[in-house]
Amino acid sequence: MKALMIGKPKDKANKKSFTEILKVMWIRDKWLYVLLIPGVLYFLTFRYAPMYGVIIAFKNYVPFLGIQDSQWVGLEHFTSFFGSPDFLRLLGNTLWISFLSIAIAFPAPIFLAVLLNEVRFSIYKKLVQTCIYIPHFLSWTIVVGLTHLLFSINGGVIVEMVEALFGTRINFLADPEWFRPMIILQGVWKGTGWGTIIFLAALANVSPEQYEAAIVDGAGRFRRIWHITLPAIRGTVVIMLILTMGSVLNTGFDQIFLMTNSLNRTVADVFDTYVYNVGITRGSYSYSTAVGLFKSVVGIILILTTDFIAKRVDKESGLF
Amino acid sequence: MSDLHKLHNTKPGRVFDVINLIFLGLAAIITLLPFVYVVAGSFATESELARRAFFIIPETFTLEAYRYIFTSEAFIRSIIVTVGVTAVGTLVQLFFTFTMAYPLAKRKLHGRKLLINMVVFAMLFSGGMIPTFLVVQGLGLIDSYWALVLPGAINPFNLIIIKNFFQNFSVELEESAKIDGASEIGIFWRIVLPLSKPIIATFALFYAVGIWNDFMSPLLYLNDSSKWTLQLLLRQVTISSDPNALGSLDPDYIPPAEGMKLAIIVIATLPIMAVYPFLQKHFAKGLLIGSVKG
Repeated sequence: MKALMIGKPKDKANKKSFTEILKVMWIRDKWLYVLLIPGVLYFLTFRYAPMYGVIIAFKNYVPFLGIQDSQWVGLEHFTSFFGSPDFLRLLGNTLWISFLSIAIAFPAPIFLAVLLNEVRFSIYKKLVQTCIYIPHFLSWTIVVGLTHLLFSINGGVIVEMVEALFGTRINFLADPEWFRPMIILQGVWKGTGWGTIIFLAALANVSPEQYEAAIVDGAGRFRRIWHITLPAIRGTVVIMLILTMGSVLNTGFDQIFLMTNSLNRTVADVFDTYVYNVGITRGSYSYSTAVGLFKSVVGIILILTTDFIAKRVDKESGLF
Repeated sequence: MSDLHKLHNTKPGRVFDVINLIFLGLAAIITLLPFVYVVAGSFATESELARRAFFIIPETFTLEAYRYIFTSEAFIRSIIVTVGVTAVGTLVQLFFTFTMAYPLAKRKLHGRKLLINMVVFAMLFSGGMIPTFLVVQGLGLIDSYWALVLPGAINPFNLIIIKNFFQNFSVELEESAKIDGASEIGIFWRIVLPLSKPIIATFALFYAVGIWNDFMSPLLYLNDSSKWTLQLLLRQVTISSDPNALGSLDPDYIPPAEGMKLAIIVIATLPIMAVYPFLQKHFAKGLLIGSVKG
């Protein structure tokens, strides 16, 4: 960035004419532009063409007529979506899952990182880390597949254990009551280990002398955690929390889609899965694009807002 | 340092240590236990799977489940498809990302700012599932394996990280090469890329795992079930519990319905486990956590 700033006034002083710039572009940088071609084509085709395609949210898209010739309908799809009971249901489901995940899945890696930080046998620490990072790299298909095996009403080990302990057989996979806890549980299992990395990185910057000084001063373990470890990650925690808030509408398609079945659909549907079901399965392209656009716009507002707040809290930590 | 810790560890401190080690050990075990069960169960007989809810060593060892899935044409096909798409797709995605990142790292390039803004805007806003689907459909890529590779050919976050990496690249080497008369493409191909092997390896892994694990693109773009990738087949077998998902060769043969679920999970997890040591080494360094600031 800095070099660019220094470069600018010089360019202005030289006042290169347009043809001179073209000449430089052609002679000096020709091959650099050639290298750019595939990437630029990619962005135009797969990122920007769909952005143009978003206008079908304001039209009645008929595949036969194409985007251009389909009829404009203004905000009709939006008003019918906001007026339908689906809207509040989807918003409620999405916010429930996000809220539970901020309350449970968010603190879990902080807790685990603090505990890992207290381990002084480095081999043991490495071993634990190696194990708990694994699920992060597995697809949701595998995680949901494992869930179906362990929580199956037909002899899944967890169902058997719960029956032995509490005397009731719970159908975790079909009972709508259990849908949200299962989503959070899977999220914790898959993401907690990996989530510790960023907090452990922050803790790696704490000098051991701080702990030693605290020991000499007679501070016990809990006081050291309270007065050294936690303050050291406070900034990271705040930033991560703010960024998580910025993506409350992103509940993740794969997991929710794979966990949804005919019995739990009312509590399971979120914006992304709804767009898929209405758009791809039922072919209501315009209506589902409107739903997706609503989500994207709210999402962008949330991200920019939370990014602004994050920068206020800590200048170094904005996204952009 | 550790002496100081040891000498001054109070009794509650020692109790805490013990509980902490046990707790973390449990966390590690809870993470691994499902895999241990799946691996053990994949080698067990159907009757044992029905009788015992959980075990880590099967009573009778059998390869029946593996024998069954490896005679299934649908399974073999999906494995070949997934391996092929992952291999080709990784190369294609690396090509698109690195060729774009390199020119964007050149501060002298006219229009660079505009292009970077184009990339950053694409990180913030996307056309969404349906308009992207319509573009892929419009290009005639439905039921084509290219639909699993091209729509995600460049991850904007990766692009910015690689661009930043190239920005810090030593200019001296490039200058001396230019004096020798090499073109920018020559420099990129013969000097820059060979020196970027570690970062290429990192992103190759990242893209490969992404394609291998991808569920949404095949779901959206592959209608023909004979073209299914492993993740779609995996869903059909383990989640939809479709006993005929893998087809049956012989009408009298009863396939190992439970065992095949476990075996297919093992097979789908195996490649990830094989590259896991490298993944951990590269990613844990915080490379991807690093900021994406220009």
